Amino acid sequence: MTVFIIRRLMQSAIVVFVMSFLVFGGVNIVGDPVEMMVSDEADQEERERVIKSMGLDKPWYIQYGKFVTNALQGDLGNSFVYGEPALQIIVQRMPATFELAFVSLLMSIIIGIPFGVWAGLFPERFSSKIIMSGSIVGFSLPTFWVGLMMIMVFAVMLGWLPSTGRGDTVIVFGMELSFFTPDGLSHIFLPALNLALFNTSLVIRLTRAGVREAIHMDYIKFARAKGLSYRRVIMVHLMKNIMIPVVTVLGLEFGGLIAFSVVTETVFAWPGMGKLIIESIQNLDRPIIVAYLMIIVLVFVVINLVVDILYSILDPRVRLQDVSS
Amino acid sequence: MSETIQNSTPIEAPEEFVVTLQTPFQRFCADFFESRVASAAFVVLVGILFIAICAPLISPQNPYDLSQVSILDAKMAPGSQSFDGWTFYLGTDGAGRDLMSAMFYGLRISLGVGVMSGVIAMCIGAAIGLAAAYFGGRVDAVIMRIVDIQLSFPAILVALILLAVLGKGVDKIIIALVIVQWAYYARTIRASALVERNKEYVEAATCLALSHNRIVFKHLFPNCLPPLIVVVTIQTAHAISLEATLSFLGVGLPISEPSLGLLIANGFDYMLSGYFWISFFPGIALLITIVSINLVGDQLRDVLNPRLDR
Repeated sequence: MTVFIIRRLMQSAIVVFVMSFLVFGGVNIVGDPVEMMVSDEADQEERERVIKSMGLDKPWYIQYGKFVTNALQGDLGNSFVYGEPALQIIVQRMPATFELAFVSLLMSIIIGIPFGVWAGLFPERFSSKIIMSGSIVGFSLPTFWVGLMMIMVFAVMLGWLPSTGRGDTVIVFGMELSFFTPDGLSHIFLPALNLALFNTSLVIRLTRAGVREAIHMDYIKFARAKGLSYRRVIMVHLMKNIMIPVVTVLGLEFGGLIAFSVVTETVFAWPGMGKLIIESIQNLDRPIIVAYLMIIVLVFVVINLVVDILYSILDPRVRLQDVSS
Repeated sequence: MSETIQNSTPIEAPEEFVVTLQTPFQRFCADFFESRVASAAFVVLVGILFIAICAPLISPQNPYDLSQVSILDAKMAPGSQSFDGWTFYLGTDGAGRDLMSAMFYGLRISLGVGVMSGVIAMCIGAAIGLAAAYFGGRVDAVIMRIVDIQLSFPAILVALILLAVLGKGVDKIIIALVIVQWAYYARTIRASALVERNKEYVEAATCLALSHNRIVFKHLFPNCLPPLIVVVTIQTAHAISLEATLSFLGVGLPISEPSLGLLIANGFDYMLSGYFWISFFPGIALLITIVSINLVGDQLRDVLNPRLDR
């Protein structure tokens, strides 16, 4: 186990190192930071002064070394637009993104599991067929377009729900959250539903497959034969067993939710990390772009590491295979 | 032995024996068109391809020729008429362009980017995957580790990172989509090549002392094609959807290459004022394209998979 974790940690460190190299190389070599910092009318002397002050006259490995040392100390430069440290701005936006991802995960469970159980228990009914076709459409629909249509129907035509922003927030554990105020809840509903679309389809399919498989098992027949009510058999015996794959897959999908929140946040003007990166790309705010990319790589490496370790605990074959190879 | 002799004399062959003498392609077609949904999807897909290829010939106006577009026709509802007596069946956008024509041209760009990136990614991924399976050992371990690591990041995130660094442009989005997709192809073809590699015909070819190149590309590759074809169709649908998303976010195609995603993004600005059709219809076109490709891909998987008992 220790060998496995050490190997995975080393691998994660290599991934972060390679990504830092790529991001640094991409941003500083493909683009020219001097062009952005200096106005067009500046003469050669002015340009050289800026180049020198930014350390761009040094060889690339010294520049890269400086970038890494600063990054390790939590200094990823100041934003051109906000004039504050880039890292600080991103960390401020983080709770909004995580809240959105979490609420949408919750939503996909609340919507997906009952529909999936229904479709699994009565596969021949017309309603089940509608649910299953719905889940195929849920896989195929482009997220951003569904978001637009939701705004059109619920915000523009019906006027039921607000379409932009976070609404009122309260501070819980030092984070601003919309979830606990009625206004904030009405603001989070549409974006979370939009983000949950893909995962809801996934949960419906997984749950249905699980129910179809488990319903013929002996323990279900035994529970019925014992005289337990239909409701209790489904709610307790069946649910416990089908939840394992559902929870595993949803855990894996959490990273995907954070990635896809870029789209949903842009559509619904939700002030999280995703909207920030899109704005920064459009404003050519390089320090923010670099800081965001490094943070998101770090977040994903951590998620993948945790998933790998959890997997190896649940399924020892993964671990043994990896060590022997 | 006696059976072979009987079968080789066509006069005595029983009636139903002729039916089974189809070419593999005929058998494939018969299997494919067995499903009515898949047949319909195939017809729709052919129609979409026809529209995309012939867009300049069949669209009512050239939406990017300024002499044909009048700003006075801007934001007209579907079915309304222009001052010159045109009918805009799907309405016009904010600059007075016929939305249907703009969609035909957009389809061309969306499909072009999707197919192009799919084909390039397939070539690169297939070559790498075949190399991994054929040489095995350390080469295989290193390549598959890279594939694993890349697939642990969501596609949209990798594409976003690449485009944040590279900037906008048709070439750049194709590069990004290729880098996102190659790993799927590499993994698919490696899996099937590993099975094929241990079969007798590869052993025979090795005994004939044929070159590595010849064995891999002439013997191994054709036998690994069926699963690859399925992945190509599904991945092309993904690529089209991903390109639309990235263009909508403003990091994909430049404004001079208006794909369906950009048309939807344009409509977004007008939607809050109630002009819903500008982003509604391009979205429907995108949806029909993706769903029909996916349905065709699903049917291909069923037909080409010998393990499924049909």
